[in-house]
Amino acid sequence: MGGAFTVNHLIYLAQGVVWTLALSALAFLLGGVAGFLVMLLRISRKKTLRWLSYGYVQIIQGTPLLIILFVIYFGLGVVGIEVPPLIAASVALMVYCSAFMGEIWRGCVEAVPRTQSEAAECLALTRWQSLIYVILPQAVRIATPPTVGFMVQLVKSTSLASVVGFVELTRAAQIINNSIFQPFLIFGIAGAFYFALCYPLSVWSRSLERKLNVSRR
Amino acid sequence: MSAVVKVAEIHKHYGELHVLKGVSFEVGKGEVVALIGRSGSGKSTALRCVNALETIQGGEIEVCGRRVDDPKLDLRALRQDVGIVFQSYNLFPHLTVAENIMLAPRRVKKLSQKQAEEIAQQVLARVGLSDKAESYPEQLSGGQQQRVAIARSLAMSPKVMLFDEVTSALDPHLTGEVLKTMESLAKGGMTMLVVTHEMAFARRVANRIIFMHQGKVWETGTGEMLAAPQTPELQEFLSNGL
Repeated sequence: MGGAFTVNHLIYLAQGVVWTLALSALAFLLGGVAGFLVMLLRISRKKTLRWLSYGYVQIIQGTPLLIILFVIYFGLGVVGIEVPPLIAASVALMVYCSAFMGEIWRGCVEAVPRTQSEAAECLALTRWQSLIYVILPQAVRIATPPTVGFMVQLVKSTSLASVVGFVELTRAAQIINNSIFQPFLIFGIAGAFYFALCYPLSVWSRSLERKLNVSRR
Repeated sequence: MSAVVKVAEIHKHYGELHVLKGVSFEVGKGEVVALIGRSGSGKSTALRCVNALETIQGGEIEVCGRRVDDPKLDLRALRQDVGIVFQSYNLFPHLTVAENIMLAPRRVKKLSQKQAEEIAQQVLARVGLSDKAESYPEQLSGGQQQRVAIARSLAMSPKVMLFDEVTSALDPHLTGEVLKTMESLAKGGMTMLVVTHEMAFARRVANRIIFMHQGKVWETGTGEMLAAPQTPELQEFLSNGL
């Protein structure tokens, strides 16, 4: 054990960063689509749909992401469906994202004053038309800062995919550390990479928030 | 004169609260009817029942030959016939004035962009705001916003228009310009049901005035009624300087 930290190690970590980004993007896109559906169900006029989606959100939000990941990765394996780590991790993150973003977005849609949908309704717009042309454009403005903020959580959460053997940044760091055993250096570098990914998102989220408040005045 | 709006013996409860206790009135074609009364007298609620924003627990409402209390009512058809303007304008803040006006003609009536633009120009000219088509609501004064709201409603060529205390959020100066717009609509033959605190306007423009008190129609008459109230309640209401 032991040895020097070389450029090759750094390149290996950088590749890990690329996979972390890829996994984050995939999870965000899939989770965004699913989250949009969850949001629609949460504001549905049908009580059963509202109920079901509420149950879904509560269960997912009340379960560790790691457990969701294990259920999908090992669970499907038992049933005879071999899932590659990337797919398992993406699906788990999608499920996780859909519950959180669905709930964030529901709040944003409901934050648009009720009088807006009433006005749309009184102009004979359908509920869908009202949602698409009146409510969502206003909700998107409200939703952008918290959504970007959630992306920070998401990027960090992708590290859990290392547990099922998906080689992203955290797993790459582990592998290197297993060979040269310099945990402070290696995990320090990995942490710096995460910070470099997340900090700009936080800054962006905050500036969006400020812009929104200014235009609201 | 055929009645465009017929309200017969309607009752409305909010839980324990009995807000409309058998209210009846009619609005004929081309008529302007003003609903006056204290806050909480049920006048706004009665107005909102007319286009089914509130449901009623008893009685009948017929608007343009449609039973509003029918559970199988085609709500969207009703709302194409009935325009409403609110106290708080409720313009869509993310759309320009022209876009606010064109939205329903485009999406509900499926008109082309060009047809919708023509309508927008027409209705904006009617409310005297032709030069504001590209502005956003927040760039306009309250009075201008309210006139845009009137134009937006007009763009659907409704058969009757409801006005729910449309000047209550405006200062006296801005109130004047909105009332003038409404008066010109009335002169143009629009059927109007107007909930208002503007007694001078009611007296001058309304064909009929309905005074509501405690969820009932208390007194009905023409503008003269305001000069010679029959009931002590109306007398008191008028003497409070409203």
